[in-house]
Amino acid sequence: MVTYIKGRGDRNLRDLVDLETGVVSREVYVNEDIYAQELEQIYGRAWLLVGHESQVENPGDFVLGRMGEEEVILTRDRKGQIHVFLNTCRHRGMKVCRYDDGNALVFTCPFHAWTYDTDGRLVGVPHHHDAYFDELDKSQWGLAEVAQMCNYYGSIWATWDPKAPSFEDYLGPFKQTVRWAFQASDGTDAGVELYKPAQRWRLPSNWKFGAFSFAGDSAHAAMTHLSVNAAAIGPQGEVEGGGRHPLAAPFPSKRGYMSSRELGHVGQLAIYEQPGVADYRDTWLLEPGVDDYWRETREIKKQKFANEFLHMQSDGQFHIWPNATMSDWRILMWHPHGVGMTESWRQYQVDKNAPKHVKDAKRRYVMRYCGPAGITESDDMENWNYAHPASLGMVAQRYPYNFQLGLHHNHYDERIPGVTIGDRGPSEENQRARLRRWVEFMEAGSWDDIFPVRKNGKSNGKPRGGNGISSSW
Amino acid sequence: MTVQSAETAWERMLLEREIERFLYDEAAMLDERRFSDWGDLLAEDIHYHMPIRRNVKFGEQHRENTDTESEISWFDEGKRTLMGRVRQLNTGVHWPEEPFSRVRHIITNVRVLAVDGDEVEVSSNFFVWSNRLRDECVMFIGTRNDILRRDSETGWKIAKRLILLDQNVLLAKVFSTFF
Ligand code: FES
Ligand SMILES: [Fe+2]
Repeated sequence: MVTYIKGRGDRNLRDLVDLETGVVSREVYVNEDIYAQELEQIYGRAWLLVGHESQVENPGDFVLGRMGEEEVILTRDRKGQIHVFLNTCRHRGMKVCRYDDGNALVFTCPFHAWTYDTDGRLVGVPHHHDAYFDELDKSQWGLAEVAQMCNYYGSIWATWDPKAPSFEDYLGPFKQTVRWAFQASDGTDAGVELYKPAQRWRLPSNWKFGAFSFAGDSAHAAMTHLSVNAAAIGPQGEVEGGGRHPLAAPFPSKRGYMSSRELGHVGQLAIYEQPGVADYRDTWLLEPGVDDYWRETREIKKQKFANEFLHMQSDGQFHIWPNATMSDWRILMWHPHGVGMTESWRQYQVDKNAPKHVKDAKRRYVMRYCGPAGITESDDMENWNYAHPASLGMVAQRYPYNFQLGLHHNHYDERIPGVTIGDRGPSEENQRARLRRWVEFMEAGSWDDIFPVRKNGKSNGKPRGGNGISSSW
Repeated sequence: MTVQSAETAWERMLLEREIERFLYDEAAMLDERRFSDWGDLLAEDIHYHMPIRRNVKFGEQHRENTDTESEISWFDEGKRTLMGRVRQLNTGVHWPEEPFSRVRHIITNVRVLAVDGDEVEVSSNFFVWSNRLRDECVMFIGTRNDILRRDSETGWKIAKRLILLDQNVLLAKVFSTFF
């Protein structure tokens, strides 16, 4: 299928994204017709992160989430089963839930009082007997539920497409990476909870500025975050010049860019020269007693993984296609909200079993680091904000973006199958990988066209003809 | 309102006037970008807290504002990090304030709610306008609840500030001023 964009002459999307030369049209970020296609082709199809089971601990608990532009309800029904529903009444469309979170027996629509159970079934319709004459089949008019949902080590993911592959297959080589993000500091699986609630705010810029920059734009840090060290926000205070990240003990490893060109997931993560886990280094120098906890849990983790290479499972951050960035301490969501607006969400993990003083210390650190009041993140917002309007002009759009940093300098490493590695300084390889997947999603007629992709470097045998994108960029 | 003696009413008016003047002077420091002077107004043990405002069901209003004990807020910090923010603003390379925005703090509805020794509890409303670069406009409206402490040598200090911003999803891209 060839996808055209409307506007100034019909052009193939492939003309806009040239990954052989690393040149990408600005229209990919700012064109309204392309944006409308993204909602359908990407957000109607991909697996999206909705939330975490700790947000709905008890039967009846609910919290509002988002999938693309649309609001969903994450809920746990009275039998304990987790669901994701579109937040709209099947009668005339009113939002059935207008509270950010809480506990509900049922969702009663404030318009004409259709009533839904927490498992989505329509259980009450006024006048069902005397005016619908019992002819309305309630079983057909329950809340719209996602086609597939997956609880992955506590994190809740969903897709509207019944033909999407299983979530594990969707993750491919990033399975272990996502698992790591929800491990407690002692290495226990599904050992974290989220602090509540999410920070949510509007950033006037296309969703891809944030989403495609994270885990792939380390080149920005030196300039964008020039002012941050002055604030000394790290848990170590002003020690060693007041960095924003906690102190860590060295361990024989190298930070690299890992990209799944096939799946669009990417990371900036560690490749290890030896198995095991680094020693703990005291860093919470301003908060008495906090290091003791992390030191103890690190000892447990060291024993657990003494003989394992934790490639791609520690130290860094990663991005799951299309719009979820995460690490083992924070989750960043980039929800599309119109072509020129992003609704940005931040949530933060913490060990479920950590004592209160540890939870408090970490909570205060994430609040001063991240979000719209974050001493670090506020600098990013300004740059993403103004890159968008400055790309809108008729003349501006004649000049494509440059994605050439590190072009053709990635390589495969047999220790880490399924990804290419860039380990020679800053690279935009991870942004190119997402743009490559972007083209595939935008063109695909269905999941059959984009999955299964080549596994273990081998082709699935399906022709991917005429795509103009070399497999060796 | 209870009936007060003329003397009490007079004293109360003077105090309210003094507090108002303090809050207006504070606002001027921020608007005139005298951030270090503003930092001097903060007590060493200040708690500066701007919760996130939730939409909650009737009867659950106690959950409306996120708490400082276990939840996530927009700001929830003390003097050390506030002074870090002041240093950051003064670097000249903190991009959301380089070049500086035109910020105006309109402080109104000042009410002294209680007096306890050297401390007074004061409520005030704010309208903070920020205009940036060519045409970016942001406004923040809300209310504050302060504990101000009289320091016989250096004047009033802000010992506690609770800021209730009247927004749910924040409609600004950053907070780059103080409230
Ligand atoms: S719209 Fe919900 S009951 Fe009519
Ligand atoms: Fe950044």
